Amino acid sequence: MTRKSTPRRLTRRHVLAASAAATGAAFVTPVQAAPPEAQKITPALIEAAKKEGKLAWYTSVDLPVAEKIAKAFEAAYPGISMKVERSGAERIFQRIGQEYQSKIYNCDVVNSSDAAHLIVWKRGGMLAPFVPEDVARYFPAAHKDPDGMYASWRITLSPIAYNTKLVKPEDAPKGFIDLLDPKWVGKIVKAHPGYSGTIMTATQQLSRDLGWEYFEKLAKQKVMQVQSAADPPKKLALGERAVMADGTEYVVTTLKARGEPIAEVYAVEGTPLITGPSAIMARAANPNAARLFTAWSMTAEAQQMNVDVGALRSAHPLVKERPGRPKLADIKTLREDAAAVADQADAIKTRYTQLFKV
Amino acid sequence: MMRAFDASRPVLIAVAALLVVMIVLPVGWLVVYSLSDKDGGATLGNFTTLFTDPTFVDPLITTLIIAVSVSLLCCAIAAPLGWLVARTDMPFAKSVRTLVMASLVTPPFVGAIAWEMLAAPNSGLLNQLWRVLTGMPADEALLDIYSLEGLIFVIACYTFPYVFILVANALDRMPGELEDASSMLGAKTWDTARRITVPLALPTLLAGALVAFLQALNLFGSPAILAIPAGFHTLTTRIWSLFQFPPKPELAAAASLPLLILTVLLLRAQAMALGRRGYAVLGGKYGEPRLIRLGALKWPAVGLALVVLAMPLFLPYAALFNSAFSRVASRIISVETATLHNFRFTFLELSSTMPALKNTFLLAVSSATVGALLALLIAYIVARQAVAGHRVLGFLATAPLAIPGIVLGVGLFLAYTRPPLTLYGTLWILLIAFVTIELPAAYQQLSSAFHAVHPELEEAGRMLGATRLRTLADITAPLLRSAVIATWCFIFVAVIRELSAAVILFTSDTKVLSVLIFDLKESGDVGAIAVLSLVMVGITTVVVAAANRLGGARNAGRLHARAVG
Repeated sequence: MTRKSTPRRLTRRHVLAASAAATGAAFVTPVQAAPPEAQKITPALIEAAKKEGKLAWYTSVDLPVAEKIAKAFEAAYPGISMKVERSGAERIFQRIGQEYQSKIYNCDVVNSSDAAHLIVWKRGGMLAPFVPEDVARYFPAAHKDPDGMYASWRITLSPIAYNTKLVKPEDAPKGFIDLLDPKWVGKIVKAHPGYSGTIMTATQQLSRDLGWEYFEKLAKQKVMQVQSAADPPKKLALGERAVMADGTEYVVTTLKARGEPIAEVYAVEGTPLITGPSAIMARAANPNAARLFTAWSMTAEAQQMNVDVGALRSAHPLVKERPGRPKLADIKTLREDAAAVADQADAIKTRYTQLFKV
Repeated sequence: MMRAFDASRPVLIAVAALLVVMIVLPVGWLVVYSLSDKDGGATLGNFTTLFTDPTFVDPLITTLIIAVSVSLLCCAIAAPLGWLVARTDMPFAKSVRTLVMASLVTPPFVGAIAWEMLAAPNSGLLNQLWRVLTGMPADEALLDIYSLEGLIFVIACYTFPYVFILVANALDRMPGELEDASSMLGAKTWDTARRITVPLALPTLLAGALVAFLQALNLFGSPAILAIPAGFHTLTTRIWSLFQFPPKPELAAAASLPLLILTVLLLRAQAMALGRRGYAVLGGKYGEPRLIRLGALKWPAVGLALVVLAMPLFLPYAALFNSAFSRVASRIISVETATLHNFRFTFLELSSTMPALKNTFLLAVSSATVGALLALLIAYIVARQAVAGHRVLGFLATAPLAIPGIVLGVGLFLAYTRPPLTLYGTLWILLIAFVTIELPAAYQQLSSAFHAVHPELEEAGRMLGATRLRTLADITAPLLRSAVIATWCFIFVAVIRELSAAVILFTSDTKVLSVLIFDLKESGDVGAIAVLSLVMVGITTVVVAAANRLGGARNAGRLHARAVG
C-alpha cells in the first residue's frame, strides 16, 4: 500500500470535515496564482496576536529546545503564552489528522522533521499561506514553498555517533556499512521511522542509496530500538549503547558541548539531510499569534538562537555556524527528496517493521 | 398504591442509558469495525490477517507466554509471602502487608521505567554495581531488562500484590477450628499446613493466578516501555501501533476481540474458583486462626519479605530519586553532583506539566465522584431489588471488568469520534473511559457494603413516608460513608495511574500525566519522567492518606468485619 492512496482518503475527509475552511475546494487545485506578499512584524500584527494571547505549537524538535524557543518568544512578546505539543513527527502527523477528522483545531503552527508532511497537508488544503519577510528576502528557493505555504524552520542531519568512553576514535565506524561488522552486535541503538520524521527521511535516503540490504543486515545486529531521533544520543550519553546508527545531530552536539562522552561521525557514504519546515494551519484558532510566531521564528536572531541554543542548522544565510562545528556545505550529505518520502512512507514503515519486528 | 412520586423508574432508565453509552456502544462499534473493511463493507478479512500475519500471530503468542509466566511467578511469590504474613508469627507482618499494598500505588509503566534505570544491560545501576563488585567486563551484563524475561519480571513486580491480597485475606478468614482439629488429632504443624491450609487456600490461589493472568494479558504500559526496545510486540502494544499513521481501526478492533473474549472466559473461570472457596469457609463464626511459630526461621522470613519488597518498592524508588536529582540517570548522585535541573525543567520550562496536572486532577476527582455515586446507586438498586430489571444493571456494572483498558479506549474512540456524540477531544471521553474501567470494582466494593446494612432501617424510613431516594440519602448513605470514601480513593488512585485507555483517547488539550510521562519516555527525557513520577505517586499517597483519615479507620474496620463475617 502506498501513502498516495491513504492520505488522499484522509485529507479528503479533512476537507469535508473542515467544510467551512477558507480554502474551500482548494484541495483540487491547491496552487494559488502567486505567492502571497511578504509580511513584516507590524505593531498591528503584534496587537492582534496579543489579543489572542495564546498559541499552540506542534513540533517534533527535541523538547528542551522547543521549550526554550517558546520561552524566548514569550519573553519577546509578553502577553502571549505558548503551548508546546512535542512528539515524533510521524505521531504529530497522525495526531493532526485524527484531530481534524473530529473537527478539533488545536494546532496553530506546525513544524515537522518530515518535509513530506507539508506536501500532504498542502495538498489537503490544511495550510494557510504566509511568507515572513526574512523568508522572502533571504531564504534560498530550496527552503521555501513557491506558494508561500511553508519554509524550512530548521535543518538537521542524522549522523552516526559513538560513546567515547566505550569506543576509541580509531575503532569507531567510518560509515554505515561499518555498522554491519559483527563487533557491533548488541551495541547499536537506533530510532524508529514510524515515530520520527528525521528517521523516516533518513531511512528513505539510506534505502535508496545503500539498498534495503543494509537494513536487512542491520536488523540482525540486535539493535536497541527507540522511538525519537533525539533518544539515541541520550542513550549514548547514559552509556547504554556504544554506537548510534541514526539519530539527530543537534542533540549529539548539545550533549557533547555539555561534556558528555559522545562524538559524531559523518559517514563516508554521506549523511542524511533533514529539513524541518514550519507552516500555519488554515484552521488555526489563533491566526495572528501564529503569524507573529512564524515571522519571529524565521528572523536572523531567532534562527541564530536555534543554532546557538538548540544546535540546529539554519537556512538563513545571515546565521553563523557554531564555532568548531563543520559547516553544512562542508559535509557530504545525501539528497533529500520529500516528494519520494510522501509516496513511499507507508511502504517504508511496513518494510521496516517486517525487518526490525517493531 | 398512590404515594409521593417515586423517582426510581426514571433513575433506572437514566442509569441504564448511561451504561449503554459507556459500555454497549463502544463494544458494539468494536464488533462492527472488526467485521468491516476500509471502505465499510462486510468482511472477515481482519480476522484472517489477525491469525495468519506473523506481525499479529507473534505478539499473540508472546502475550500468552507472558501472561502464563507472570501468573505462575506471582503465585510463587504471593503464596508464601501471604502465608507468612497471615498465618505465622513473622515479625513486622503488618508493615509488610502495608508495604505490599503501597506498592500498588506505583503505576506499572513508572515501575518499568524505574527498572530500566536499574537493569538496562549497560547503563543500569545494578549492572554497574555488579561490574564494580566482580570486575565483570564493560560489555557484559548481569541483567537485561530489555528481554522477554525482563518484561515478565517487571510485570510480576506490580501484579503479585493483587494475588498477595487475595491469598492473605483468604488465609485470614480461614477457620482456625479446622487446623485445631487437625493438630488435636495428632498431625504435626507442617502436616496441618499441607493437608488443611493449602487445600483450603488453593481455590483462592487459582483465582489469584487468573487475576495475574488477566493483568499481564491486558497491560499496556510496561510492554510499551520494555518490549519495543527489545524488538518485540505484545498484543496491546500492537493494537496501539495500529493507531499510527495510516490508522487501521478495523484491524485494531479485530485484534481487541481476542483480549475481550479471553478475559470474559477467564472471569467465568475465576468466578467458579472463588465460588468453590465460598463453599468451604462461609457460614458461622469461627475462631481466630492459629499462628504458626517460625522459631529460628523468623528472621530469614523477614529477610525474604524485604527482598520481595525491594523489587517493586525500594529499588525502583531509589532509582527514581537518583534520576530526579541527576543530570544523567546512569550516574549515582552525590551531594556535589545533585542538581535541581530536572525540577526546574519540569515545573518552569515544560509547558505541558501544569495543564496535564490540572487535567489529571480534575479527571481523578470527577471520575472518583461520579464513579462512586453511580456504583452506590447501582449497588443499592440491585441489593434492595428496588426496581424490575435490577439484575441487568448489576450485570452491566460488572461487564467492563471484561474490557481491557486499551480495548475500551479503541471502542470509545470508534464510538465518539462521530456524531451525534462527538466527545473525542474533550475531557468527557476520558471521564467516561475512567468511570467505565473502575465501575466493576467500585460496584463490587459497595454492593458488599450494602449487604452489611440492614434493610429494616430503610424500611423504617419509607414507612415514615420518605421516598426511596430520600431514604437512600438520609439513612443508607451515612451508614455507608467509609465504604464510599474507600471506593472514592480506589477510583482516584486508579485514574491517576491509568495509561492504556488514555493513550488512545487523549488530544493535545486533554493530555493527562500518565500520557505526558509516556510521551517523555519516547524522547528519552528521563529526568523529567522521574520528577513527574514522584509527583504522581506523591499526590496519590497524600490523597489516600487524607481520605483514610476522613473516613475514620474505626468505622471502616467494623464495616469490613461485617461485610466479611
